[in-house]
Amino acid sequence: MRPFTYSRAASVEEAAKTAATQGARFIAGGTNLLDLMKLQIETPTHLIDVNHLGLDRIEPTAEGGLKIGAMVRNTDLAADKTVRRDYAVLSRALLAGASGQLRNKATTGGNLLQRTRCPYFYDTRMPCNKRQPGSGCGAIKGMSRSLAILGTSDACIAQHPSDMAVALRLLDAQVDAVGADGGRRSIPIADFHLLPGETPHIENALKPGELITSVTLPKPLGGTHVYRKVRDRASYAFALVSVAAVFGKDGRSRFAFGGIGAKPWRTDAADAAAPSGAAAVAEAALSGARPTAQNAFKQQLTARTLASLYRQKGA
Amino acid sequence: MKFDTPATTNPIDRGRVIGIPHDRIDGPAKVTGTAPYAYERHDAAPNAAYGWIVGSAIAKGRIGAIDLRAAEAAPGVLGIVTHQNAGPLGKGNFNTAHLLGGPQIEHYEQAVALVIADTLENARDAARLVRIDYAPEQGRFDLAAERDKGVPPPPGFGGPADTKTGDFEAGFAKAAVKIDQSYTTPDQSHAMMEPHATTAAWNGDKLTLWTSNQMIAWSVGEMAKTLKIPPENIRLVSPYIGGGFGAKLWVRADALLAALGSRMIGRPVKVAIARPQIPNNTVHRPATIQRIRIGADKQGVIDAIAHEVWSGDLPGGGAETAAQQTRLLYRGPNRLTTHRLSTLDLPEGNAMRAPGEAVGLLALEVAMDELAEACGVDPVELRIRNDVQYDPEAGPQRPFSSRKLIECLREGAERFGWNRRNPKPGQVRDGRWLVGMGVASAFRNNLVGKSGARIGVDAEGHVIVETDMTDIGTGSYTIIAQTAAEMMGVPLEAVTVRLGDSRFPVSAGSGGQWGANSSTAGVYAAAMALRAKLAEKAGFPADKALFEDGLIRLGNQSQPLATLAGREGLWAEDSMEFGDLDKRYAQATFGAHFCEVGVDIDTAEVRVRRMGGAFAAGRILNPKSARSQVIGAMTMGVGAALMEELSVDTRFGFFVNHDMAEYLVPVHADIPQQDVLFIDELDDKSSPMKAKGVGELGICGAGAAVANAIYNATGVRLRDYPLTIDKILAAQRVA
Ligand SMILES: Cc1cc2nc3c(=O)[nH]c(=O)nc-3n(C[C@H](O)[C@H](O)[C@H](O)COP(=O)(O)OP(=O)(O)OC[C@H]3O[C@@H](n4cnc5c(N)ncnc54)[C@H](O)[C@@H]3O)c2cc1C
Ligand code: SF4
Repeated sequence: MRPFTYSRAASVEEAAKTAATQGARFIAGGTNLLDLMKLQIETPTHLIDVNHLGLDRIEPTAEGGLKIGAMVRNTDLAADKTVRRDYAVLSRALLAGASGQLRNKATTGGNLLQRTRCPYFYDTRMPCNKRQPGSGCGAIKGMSRSLAILGTSDACIAQHPSDMAVALRLLDAQVDAVGADGGRRSIPIADFHLLPGETPHIENALKPGELITSVTLPKPLGGTHVYRKVRDRASYAFALVSVAAVFGKDGRSRFAFGGIGAKPWRTDAADAAAPSGAAAVAEAALSGARPTAQNAFKQQLTARTLASLYRQKGA
Repeated sequence: MKFDTPATTNPIDRGRVIGIPHDRIDGPAKVTGTAPYAYERHDAAPNAAYGWIVGSAIAKGRIGAIDLRAAEAAPGVLGIVTHQNAGPLGKGNFNTAHLLGGPQIEHYEQAVALVIADTLENARDAARLVRIDYAPEQGRFDLAAERDKGVPPPPGFGGPADTKTGDFEAGFAKAAVKIDQSYTTPDQSHAMMEPHATTAAWNGDKLTLWTSNQMIAWSVGEMAKTLKIPPENIRLVSPYIGGGFGAKLWVRADALLAALGSRMIGRPVKVAIARPQIPNNTVHRPATIQRIRIGADKQGVIDAIAHEVWSGDLPGGGAETAAQQTRLLYRGPNRLTTHRLSTLDLPEGNAMRAPGEAVGLLALEVAMDELAEACGVDPVELRIRNDVQYDPEAGPQRPFSSRKLIECLREGAERFGWNRRNPKPGQVRDGRWLVGMGVASAFRNNLVGKSGARIGVDAEGHVIVETDMTDIGTGSYTIIAQTAAEMMGVPLEAVTVRLGDSRFPVSAGSGGQWGANSSTAGVYAAAMALRAKLAEKAGFPADKALFEDGLIRLGNQSQPLATLAGREGLWAEDSMEFGDLDKRYAQATFGAHFCEVGVDIDTAEVRVRRMGGAFAAGRILNPKSARSQVIGAMTMGVGAALMEELSVDTRFGFFVNHDMAEYLVPVHADIPQQDVLFIDELDDKSSPMKAKGVGELGICGAGAAVANAIYNATGVRLRDYPLTIDKILAAQRVA
């Protein structure tokens, strides 16, 4: 960990303004950032604590949706009454992630921005285009079992590890942010995370200094909400494959996927295939997959997980 | 005291304190944070500076140049140790690779420097500024590719490389039923809670190491050899250890570098090996390739059995002796076992909980399941049919000292409800789960080793025991206190136990599940000597006197121990030496594991639903801590079956998933109810305690029971561990 200075922002606007300076970063729960700083994968010189700006509220919106403050802890969000009733898939996705202790610290904004779990990204002696642009990718011809099969590039095949973000993608959330100039905007979740392409180190649409203030959910969808996470042990492991789904009464359903995409994965074609059953949804969702020999099983596992959801929906 | 004839009735048989379930006596100190661990010796070595290890970035090759200028100039840096300034160093007998590398690099993450600073953060930060130019060389990292170059390893703890009895090939050729299968097990990490850690301080030419170590006397010798100083100049202190599983049998880089660092800066230095460094810097359980052939008659009675094992290690290293149990577990006149060792340039392979059997049984007990199915015999019954009460390689003249495998299988099956198992695989459904049951035998050799202790009574009648035995979380403190209490006729609360200090008499240490039986036998020997002294003072014949209620008694005469001890106290020291009873008798511990799993019909997720086991391991000294040992080991068996694997990158030559987020071990949610039954057994040929080891037995066979249950649930037979979702799906595709 490199020495750094620390300050508490007095306002959202001030936080964003300070953050635009060289080497500054926000710190929320710190559960991802501090680990990366200890390993010098991230080396900020200044941390701006944004925990005390009143961004920890969950409020209804005029449109009938829900505005979730960026500092709402994962535990609190998962336990929120409205979320459990109207957006159960979000609550379930959160509870499938990390551990109780981590969820107590982890925030809505920080969770969206958590970085990949690719093991080569974590060993600074190894090549990694995401960590050190241009150094090559250690994983493509190495241990890639856990990595993505969709949205990858020749530069990077890292998976997006978040569970929460998969549910937000399913729910068509908006990410609300304040820029360094004080300007506010909302970014549709579909556009928030970026595919690696040639620049895997650029992971989201935020501009330098831009602070996430909240995440807004549209009106509740109704239907049956499920989140199914398949992993190598029963708890406290990242997804090999996860599926968030809302099954509507009218046969119309929607799906988003974790563990398989370079970002939380959702396609219109997969949603459209819902009435034709699990196999059709899988085929549509997996179109364009570029697996390695080690992670090719994720295609079959995605199909099987969907089959399981369809089976249980009937039960 | 020498133990060379079977034990007769002795004070331990009274069973007033021994054999009763007791809470661990070190528990309160641990949960209140007052038990000092190696990295936290502020009490003994205040003002310690912090060392951070720099690990090699290449797996094999040489260091060209080292540039320390930037690191030395960094804030708070007090010194940097490298091979260039460490002075001449030797290497311990038990270390394969050098603990401080350079100029030659033997494996990835081998320590190449220690940066010492005033704070941990400064040391860690400056470590990143150490510039090292490497000249990498091509290494060998792929066991499968190197397998055919394997040679017989030198004999070690596991006995000779090969054994041969009768004529395996002929017996196998004419067998009515044949099994011939290959199995693989991956490299595994010990993943104990407490990392390797040491605080070191010099006083003149005298070195004290507060370290986390299972084997005090060995490690003093190893350290002396490495530092090239007399062993008398080293004191090693290791009273509390947060787990070891074999990883701390020998000294590691933390101990050497803390010593060198402290000598360099003239101040105590402490070093912990950081979690992400542990898998590649230290030791691991080596991967194996195993081939098993069994020839049997139609009833499943074995006539010929062969177990061949391939593993790899650094030059000069050892083999994983996975065929060990196959030499002793089942009958059959025609037998063959072989071990072959290939050279690999991966980090050093070494002992991990039940070396040999833990992975050998993952193969053998699945092969037995395959044989049971091929013969149409129930797998429990098959094992009973192949029981043998003597060493099947040596013949009936070498019987087992005690062997209750059949009782374990029968009683374990009864308790588990084995009769509810459907022998046809893939038949039982419970909601989304396919449900199956599996069984496996448990077997682990019983090793014994010379063990000494010192025991005293003070003027309050309080008993004190000192031995360099270690407690690696196993419960040594408690069973030693129980032994002393039983022997001296005092309550458990009247005993103080001091462990893990090289100033105390040399014990057997903790390893190979020999610690409990051997070290308590050492305490028994010392206590016998103290009893004799007390009896003499009281004027009673030692063999007639009774020790109870804090008194020594003869008929209706008695005297308090406190009075006899007087103001000076009375002390005695002795050790237990073991004769050749373990040569004349085969000595081993036995058990039977039962497991029920559910396998998701769609996703192939495996969930262990129930586990049960019955175990025969001689006298169970403390049923509470013994049960904890067994369920912990069963849990590790689940890990081996389902998830544990250090993934090798054969290009760079290292274990890729080298932290606890990527190297998975079971969590609570993976482990259901575990039922443990100890079968009554006293082994009079193991020691006067009539006990045997139990710390490793529970892992032996546990994973195979899981694998067999998966087969029973799904009809898919997997032979490459760990049995992960991707492998089950692939096998289902073929099936
Ligand atoms: C062992 C372990 C297991 C885990 N398992 C899972 C799992 O199974 N599933 C899962 O989904 N996650 C898992 N996680 C990840 C966990 O969810 C994230 O670490 C957590 O959500 C990050 O939130 P935080 O508030 O601590 O973020 P921080 O660490 O504080 O910040 C993360 C990043 O976001 C930036 N940031 C934070 N807040 C804002 C903001 N408001 N605006 C702009 N930038 C901001 C920071 O600058 C930093 O770059 C695991 C983590 C660990 C350590
Ligand atoms: S997959 Fe991405 S994160 Fe992983 S090594 Fe390659 S570039 Fe780095």
